[in-house]
Formats: sequence, C-alpha cells, structure tokens
Amino acid sequence: MRNFLCCNNYKYMQALTSRAKQVDRRPMSMLERAYLPAIFKGMIITFGHIFKKKPTINYPEVTRPFSPVFRGLHILNRDEEGRENCTACGLCAVSCPAEAITMEAAERQPGEEKLYREEKYAAKYEINMLRCIFCGLCEEACPKDAIYLSETFAPANFQRKGFIYGKDDLLIPNPVTEPEAYAKAKGGRVTIK
Amino acid sequence: MLLSIGLSLVIEKLVLIVVVVMASLVIAMYATWAERKVAAVLQDRRGPNRAGPFGLFQPLADGLKLFFKEEIIPNLSSKFLFILGPCLAMLTAMMTGAVIPWGDKVHFFDRDIPLQIADINIGILYVFGVVSMGVYGIMIGAWASNNKYSLMGGLRAASQIISYELAMGIALIALLMSTGTLSLKEIVEQQQENWYSWNIIKQPLGFLIFLICAFAECNRTPFDLAEAENELIGGYHTEYSSMKLGFFLFSEYINMFLSSSVMVSLYFGGYDIPFLNDAAFSESIGVNWMALIHAGVFLTKAFAFLFLFMWVRWTIPRFRYDQLMNLGWKVLIPLALINMLVTGAFILFQQNNWHF
Repeated sequence: MRNFLCCNNYKYMQALTSRAKQVDRRPMSMLERAYLPAIFKGMIITFGHIFKKKPTINYPEVTRPFSPVFRGLHILNRDEEGRENCTACGLCAVSCPAEAITMEAAERQPGEEKLYREEKYAAKYEINMLRCIFCGLCEEACPKDAIYLSETFAPANFQRKGFIYGKDDLLIPNPVTEPEAYAKAKGGRVTIK
Repeated sequence: MLLSIGLSLVIEKLVLIVVVVMASLVIAMYATWAERKVAAVLQDRRGPNRAGPFGLFQPLADGLKLFFKEEIIPNLSSKFLFILGPCLAMLTAMMTGAVIPWGDKVHFFDRDIPLQIADINIGILYVFGVVSMGVYGIMIGAWASNNKYSLMGGLRAASQIISYELAMGIALIALLMSTGTLSLKEIVEQQQENWYSWNIIKQPLGFLIFLICAFAECNRTPFDLAEAENELIGGYHTEYSSMKLGFFLFSEYINMFLSSSVMVSLYFGGYDIPFLNDAAFSESIGVNWMALIHAGVFLTKAFAFLFLFMWVRWTIPRFRYDQLMNLGWKVLIPLALINMLVTGAFILFQQNNWHF
C-alpha cells in the first residue's frame, strides 16, 4: 500500500543495508485511516498460518534425530559374552578435564571369569554428572573400548547426590540375558571390537 | 388468568434454564481450551495437548487448579464488595441467555415447548440492560480491591463500555426500525424465509458497528484496555486469586458466547438453515428433530463468531486509550447516526411508495 523505499529527503544518506526502509510520515490516506482493510489483511495472514506446518516436535513421544557425533550420558560397555570391558586402568580419569571420574580397582577372583574380561576390574566407578562436560575425552582415552558416550542425555534429579552415577547406572545391560535393553542402551553408534 | 401458572410450565422452564446455564458454562469452559488452541494454531504452535486426547481435559485441569489455589482477600479491601464483584460479573454474564431463542420448539408430552426461556417483548432492551450491568461486576471488583491499578482498570472498563454502548444502541435502533419489534423471537422468525432476508443484508453497516461494539463490550482485544497486563499488571483482577479470578475470566468467555448468540439471532437469522425451506423440512422429519438441527445450526453460527473473536484477538494489537475513545465517539457514533438516518429515510420512502 505505502511505498517505504522512496523518500527524497533522505537520498543523500547511505542506507546501511539493502533492506533498510524509510519511515513514511505522510498523513494517512482515507483508506488507511479506515483501519479495517489493514485489519483484514492481518487477519488473512494469521489465517494462513493455520495451514502452515508446525515446527514443533512432540518431545517425549518423538525425539529429534541425533547427529552421529552426539555425546550424551556415559555407558560402561560389555563384550558380546556380557563381561565388563573396564580394567580400571584410570586413563579416562586422567584424561578427564573436569575431573569427574573416580574409580577403585580390584582383582578378579577365580570363578568371576564370566563377569570381568580381564584380571583387573573396576570395583567402584563413579562419574559426577554435574562436573562432566561431555567432551568425550574419556571415550578417546580408553584402550579397552569400555566407556562410551551414548545418545541419552542427562535426566533431572532432585538431589545433587543423584547426579553421581555409579556402576549400577552406567553399566550397559547384559547382551546375553537382556538383549533388548542392551540394544536400546547401545543405540546406533557403539560397536564392540 | 395472568398469574395462574401451571406446574408443568414451571418444570419446563426450570429444565430449560438448567440446560441453558449448563450449556453456556460448558461452552465457556471449552472456549478457554479453544482460545488456547486457536492462539497456538495461528502462531504455528501445537497448543495444549497433554491432558487427554487433543488436550480436551485441559479446562478441567485449569478449573481444578483455580479451585485449589489459595483464596486471598486483601487486608484493606472492602470484603463484601470484593466477593460481590466476580459474582455479579458471572451472574450478569449468564442472564443474557434467558431471551435468546436457541431453536423453534420441541413437542413433548402433548406440549409445545419453545426453546427460549423467556420470550419477552422487550428482549433486546433486556439484553442491553443486563450487558451494561456486567460492568458493575468489574467496577465493584476493581474498586473493592483497593489497588490503584485495579481502579484504573475498572475506570477504563466503565468508560469504554459506556462509550461503546451508545454506538451499539444507535446501530441497533436502525435494525429495530426495519424489523419493527424488540422481541428476539420475532426478529429471528422474520429472517426465516430466505438467506437474503437475514438482517446482515439489510444492515451491513449496522452489523459492522454492532460487531465492533460487541468486541468492546466483551473487553476483548483490541479493546481489552481494562486488563491491559503490560500497563496495569492485570487491570481490574490484579488482586484476585483462586476461583474469584476464575469467575472473572469465565464470565468473559460466557459474555463472548452470549454476545455471539445475540449477533447470530439479530443479524444472521438465528436458527435459520440457509438455502433450505425450514418449514417444509420440518414437516418431513418432525418437530423434535428439527429443533435439534436448529439448535445445532444456531450453535455452529455462534461458534463461528467465537472463532472470529479469537482470530481477531491473536491478530491485532491493543488500541491506545485515546485511539479507543476517538474510535468510539468520533467514528462509530456518527457512523451509527448516519446509518440510522439512512435507514429511516429508506423506510419512509418505502412506506410512501417511493414518492418524494
């Protein structure tokens, strides 16, 4: 209706962008003062939005696809027989820039060969999720493919101590006894070598 | 014979009153849901969809929430008036429904029961009286809160409703001149013949003025200055909490529904089904089914207006106060007067067989 672009008073001024619009201060015409045509125009615009595709993703039911490099909560991996990979070497704890990882090592006793892959294992393994910055350096440091960052992201908790994840929270479900839960926890990225 | 009222009449009217009150409450309840859905859809969002299918239980959850909230009555408020305010707003909002013809009639127990609580011969004046009473609820509530923002909201509401009621009344006078009756039932029956006998065809300008004034009377955007939350915190209901606040908000939706109903019966043929000979159709399917269809048609038209109310709310911003007053006094009232004069002249010429 109104031409915002031409205005002779300002022709010596340099516009900063090509999209600059001069404010038109001419008195409004009769049609513009009637106000109703402008309202109808606006109402047609909003009506058009009824048919637009909604960008919302219904979060708990539908999740956005993750990028292949997404770094979520950690999992402690098992091999295909369900034995824990971790040998409590401590490289992840050393590599961790946030100092979120602590562990205690223990020696495998005779009869525990089904539980732990090598002679040494982590008796206690804790990650403080409040300290963790999800950089993924632990994943890179691990020589045994024992720790991975999964596609789950940190859930809420009511207490601080709820954020210190122990082995119960971190260990991936056993692939032999609970294959479905294992596949779900594994997601699309973790591979066992 | 004037005062001998049969028991069956009392029962029939009581049932009708309960049905109409319940229906307008439920419709107002779901109008809150619809408002949020419409707002969401117009803004490319999804709106309430957690409580029940399509979020249909959302109004129940909202109502429960309001009931469980703490009821705060400010120390320095005048307690009686503070409680009276929302009650009055709710009461006046529901009273309008009494004169609206929701359908023609039903035939039960050898009786013809008209689907209208009271067919009074001053129907329109009654609507006007009740609607202007509605501002008392807001005013009393605002004054009793003992809060300057509430008081300013109440003042704005009062002056706005007084200003717009004038234009509304004059726009309506033009309509009444052409219909020659104040009874809503008769006005609706006059519009039954054809779709072009609807009053919107005869009085388009009058309808436009009436519509704008109806927005103002309901305190809806673009005329919601009484509760302009970014200027007045919440306007007249700043100090209200719990269900008393709920009553204020609820009465707004009931008002919206009932003013849509009034507009439908005045200008859009009431329960008339367009492009259909209602009387002949009624012969073939029976009076009771016809009444059901009529009520459905009436409600469909009213819901279309409800949608218009919401659509406008989520499209245009609020007026400034001086713009509001300019529009009311300098535009709408002269327009309504011109409309009235032209209608009067037209009717006069018509009666005079177009001789000058």
